[in-house]
Amino acid sequence: MNLVRAVASHRVLRPVISALGTLLGVAVFVFVMLRAIPGNQITAGLGTEAAALTPAQQAALEAYYGLDKPLVTQFFNWLGNIFTGNLGFSSRAQQSVLELTAQSLPVTLELAVFSIVLALLIGIPLGMLSASRPDSPRDAFGQAVGLMGLSIPSFLLATALLAILSATVRFNPNGQAFAYFSEDPLLNLQQMLLPSLVLGFGIAAPIMRTTRTAVLEVRGQDFIRTARAKGVGPRRLQVRHVLKNALVPIVTMTGLQFGYLLGGAVVVEQIFSLPGIGRQVLLGIQQKEYALVQSTVLLIALAFVVVNLLTDLLYRIIDPRVRAE
Amino acid sequence: MTEISESAPASLAGVQSGQRLRLLLKSRSGVAGLILVGLLAILCVLAAFGLLPYDPLAQAPQQRLLPPSAAHWFGTDQFGRDVFSRVAAGVASSALIAVVAVAFATVVGTLAGVSAGFFRGVSDAVVSGVTNVLFAFPPLLLALSLASVFDRNWFTIAVAIAIVYVPIFIRVTRGPVLSLREIDFVRAAVSSGQRRAAIMFRHVLPNITSILIVQVTLSLSWAVLTEASLSFLGLGTPPPAPSLGSMIYEARTLVYIAPWTMVAPGVIVVLFVVGLNLLGDGLRDSLDPRNRGRK
Repeated sequence: MNLVRAVASHRVLRPVISALGTLLGVAVFVFVMLRAIPGNQITAGLGTEAAALTPAQQAALEAYYGLDKPLVTQFFNWLGNIFTGNLGFSSRAQQSVLELTAQSLPVTLELAVFSIVLALLIGIPLGMLSASRPDSPRDAFGQAVGLMGLSIPSFLLATALLAILSATVRFNPNGQAFAYFSEDPLLNLQQMLLPSLVLGFGIAAPIMRTTRTAVLEVRGQDFIRTARAKGVGPRRLQVRHVLKNALVPIVTMTGLQFGYLLGGAVVVEQIFSLPGIGRQVLLGIQQKEYALVQSTVLLIALAFVVVNLLTDLLYRIIDPRVRAE
Repeated sequence: MTEISESAPASLAGVQSGQRLRLLLKSRSGVAGLILVGLLAILCVLAAFGLLPYDPLAQAPQQRLLPPSAAHWFGTDQFGRDVFSRVAAGVASSALIAVVAVAFATVVGTLAGVSAGFFRGVSDAVVSGVTNVLFAFPPLLLALSLASVFDRNWFTIAVAIAIVYVPIFIRVTRGPVLSLREIDFVRAAVSSGQRRAAIMFRHVLPNITSILIVQVTLSLSWAVLTEASLSFLGLGTPPPAPSLGSMIYEARTLVYIAPWTMVAPGVIVVLFVVGLNLLGDGLRDSLDPRNRGRK
């Protein structure tokens, strides 16, 4: 019992175990959701021809795909396969889901990193600008940009940018076949530019708002007055004292945006023809490929849970107050 | 799903409903949001009662791609349909989906969140577990997967969006209820032997209304965005029903010769979301006591 209690209150083990429990729930949810779709691998693979199957052929195919077993058995077979790296096979692409994901994941990760960097570069300075003089014109400007970021749908921004740029300056690097960074770094970066700007603008808004609130809150505290009284210069005060202490909510908010990012990736990858993981899900849904959607959604949720866990652990490191609890 | 207003116990002090409106009217963004949302609500009413200048579905091949004019305020599309009427019908349909989705999420999420916070124990563990699982999916991805499971019509889209927003309402209500149940008047009600359901409805719920109002408004703006994204991706209400997202999708190829086909639905969807966000911000500023009196 002591061991159980020790684990339950441990500051690293506790979130890790709760994350594992969540993952199991996620697996059950994904499995049940996709079994609820009308049709199965057989009808998806054969289309209307599935109606012409004899009962014997039907039974043979069901046995082949394991559809004749009880749902619980199917679930654990699926889970067991995932642990051994067998994520299923996409019959359209004639590739395993693992191979497909190995190609698409780097694209989405690259997009995610660029978007977050752009978002931080836009959001933090804008938030500090707003906070530097609340209720002034510059605050209104910062807030207006933030409001636009929250309110303009990414698909609209992407479509409009693409239309305007290709009509005026004929800039449409995404019109050509996708280039991986290892093949053609220059073209790859050009192709990543617009999608990361679109996603980055959307995430910059909540980061801007969080920065503004956090900076205003920190600035009102006693230690800032003390630092100023000690003669700390304004720039050093802003960066070393204010921003550093405002960082916890900003990091938390950035971590939370990862979910928006992966959802937004579906839209943006589709519009800019990036062969990333979001597009993989969308294609899978359109073509009713069970295994593909199931495994990809599970992988995305896994990534999401891990990122949340890391954010949680990260701010325990940044903030001594959380660390001590 | 970008912000969740988790409020500290300080914000639990009740505000009377008449006072709420007065406080809102003092906030500049609240008034701006109220006006925008009000104008769009008028559009919805016109669409609902068939008072639009044209039938949003009626095709008129000889009137294709006409620029905006007195007869067609926002021009016509590739089938000669009136863009203004289609935009109005699109606003009405996304408002309907957003309202139904958020209403469902509010009722289910609040009941679950309040019970979890109030009863603790097993119900709290179950509700929190489900919340964590639903939060593990990126919101748009979850809506997308759910929308692909159902036979698509406006109601199933609303349900798909609602499922995504249930955990937000759970999280937003559970925290304040946890601290409410330790406050004297609730403890007094418990020790005076009132039924627990009565305590929940009479003493707990009224004290989280402000939090809920703010969250409902902000969720409506996300629901409108989600619905538009789904229909842009071809997973929303099936055509020919007008929807802002699918109108923008169809306008992609027309934008060079008939820019109004994209500008009209694009501007309207942004105004819609901006209006709801401003209203939500205004409500938050005026209803949250932590913000009141602060300048």
